[in-house]
Amino acid sequence: MFWHMVFKTVIRQKSKMLMIAFTVILGVSLSTAMMNVMLGVGDKVNRELKVYGANITVRHKDAALMNDLYGLNEGVGVNDKFLFEEDVLKLKTIFWGFNILDFAPMLEGKAVMNLPGKNSPAVDVKINGTWIAKHNTLSTGEELDTGLKALRTWWDVKGEWLNESRDDEVMFGNLLAEKSGVKIGDVIALNGRNFIVKGIFTDGGDADEEILMTLAAAQSVLKLSGKISSIEVSALTTPDNDLAKKAAQNPKSLSPDEYETWYCTAYVSAICHQIQEVIRDGVAKPVRQVAESEGTILNKTTLLMILITILSSIGSALAISNLITASVIERSQELGLLKALGAYNWQIALLVLVEVMITGLFGGIFGYFLGIGFAQVIGQTVFGSYIEIAQMVILIVGVILFFVTLAGSIPAIRYLMALKPTEVLHGK
Amino acid sequence: MSKQILELKNVSKIYGSLKALADINLKVNAGDWLSIMGPSGSGKTTMINIIGCMDTPSTGSVILDGVDISRENASSLTRIRRDKIGLIFQQFHLISYLTAVENVMVAQYYHSMPDEAEAMEALEKVGLKDRARHLPAQLSGGEQQRVCIARALINSPEILLGDEPTGNLDEENEGIVVDIFRRLHDEGVTIIIVTHDPEVGDVAQRKIILEHGRVIQDIDQTSTFGQALKIHHE
Repeated sequence: MFWHMVFKTVIRQKSKMLMIAFTVILGVSLSTAMMNVMLGVGDKVNRELKVYGANITVRHKDAALMNDLYGLNEGVGVNDKFLFEEDVLKLKTIFWGFNILDFAPMLEGKAVMNLPGKNSPAVDVKINGTWIAKHNTLSTGEELDTGLKALRTWWDVKGEWLNESRDDEVMFGNLLAEKSGVKIGDVIALNGRNFIVKGIFTDGGDADEEILMTLAAAQSVLKLSGKISSIEVSALTTPDNDLAKKAAQNPKSLSPDEYETWYCTAYVSAICHQIQEVIRDGVAKPVRQVAESEGTILNKTTLLMILITILSSIGSALAISNLITASVIERSQELGLLKALGAYNWQIALLVLVEVMITGLFGGIFGYFLGIGFAQVIGQTVFGSYIEIAQMVILIVGVILFFVTLAGSIPAIRYLMALKPTEVLHGK
Repeated sequence: MSKQILELKNVSKIYGSLKALADINLKVNAGDWLSIMGPSGSGKTTMINIIGCMDTPSTGSVILDGVDISRENASSLTRIRRDKIGLIFQQFHLISYLTAVENVMVAQYYHSMPDEAEAMEALEKVGLKDRARHLPAQLSGGEQQRVCIARALINSPEILLGDEPTGNLDEENEGIVVDIFRRLHDEGVTIIIVTHDPEVGDVAQRKIILEHGRVIQDIDQTSTFGQALKIHHE
């Protein structure tokens, strides 16, 4: 009899129930979309920001100290301190190795440049050797292509990128090329060794006055076999919180539980800490501008999504409340009759709640799938890719839907409780 | 002598400055058929609401089947109403989307357990077995009132309470409903009916006249004096 009455009421009041379902659809679809975007946006924003380069730099500890103390990026105590190329692939073995997307070892130095066939004096130039797009096989058997090409996506390159397997090619920064009168295809000599100019790049920074070559070529020119100056690392990170800030100052100040939480979360400080554990003499530091931008954008985006979800939930609750109250007032004679026939308040409240919950459930299911569609539209429009659907959103949306419907039913339930059968049955 | 099923002792009901019922005393025995009459505003509906456990008196006590219901809370009143009272309304108050038999079964559902066969039997008693699958809108006023009576009787209440049960019926249907009451009375059902209609009021075993919340006449219509009054009235 109970379900018979529920279904007959739902069918009989279909226009009101459709309005309730429609309200739920709007609220749930918005919440679903926002939450899926919120949970997927971290990686999306991070990946978007990865076009601005590495967010972690690893240097020799003495060079890092000179930089920290005196702001020096070159000279004695900086240029003569090296890391080991053989340690570079260990980056992928750390706890958060999966979050390390790209990296490139760098060897910086100075070399004497001659332009064969041209009557110009030899000059000192800055050279930079790196992996361009190196294919690596890790100790685990995993294969990996990484290098500077992936970290300098914004470079405007005329000519061609360097070939990783060729150590007789170089690329010129556009300012240096202009100053030296070098063109693509020219041959130059660095410390007496000839190179072909394959391309000219525009970076917009100091690199425009450098010569870029493969790491092997730079090690050969500088006679620093197996040495590197620094490593640029691009990693997916979680925005810093108080725990991460505390850990960044001194990981030893953390309690064992805090340490475990911090270590097992992809905070930039935790990743830096883990990098230092595998790179001999290395000190890893976040590139503050990039890391902080990521954190700020992520936090603000997440906050915005949460606000939209909360506001849409409140809006839905208010709309549902109005609709249910209107429906109950319209049915007050019928509900008063049930009271007169011996129904307890809770039995009538249950009847109304189940009607609304069933309607809400149908609206919720429809709204969820609509929300997934919205999330994909947002993903495509804003990030140019699909948003991964988080299973946990179903649970969260279900809980929100339950409480929103319950909260929206409160005024109607209160009205029901106060309803006196004598008043409605005598038409007062 | 049959047992006393209902007693009102010095019952008053006061709404602000209005005294809807004033110091009412009344005793009803099981199997009695009582009609309550009086002009509008005399307190008839208030009285039936109190007897029907839908309201409580301001002062005095109401003993229903040995239990003082005047101080019970809303939940207890609901339980007592469900177990001991069968209600009939002037406006019928059938649930529009349920068929006649389903309307009867709703009362069973909130009392104990719906039993369609039993509900059909109740409809048969009021001559509506063949209309059991019809919706209220497909029934005439008299038929709707008969469904209402079947619903009131389905849980075998101690008292059948009717608030103007023939108020919305034509003469023919009024006769049918009164015949049903007569038959129920013969079967020993206690009936208390509020009515404006002298013809309906006169067929009861006992008639109470209310005015300004007070009982001004309590007539035993089975006595010689009562019969004489009835003849005089006619």
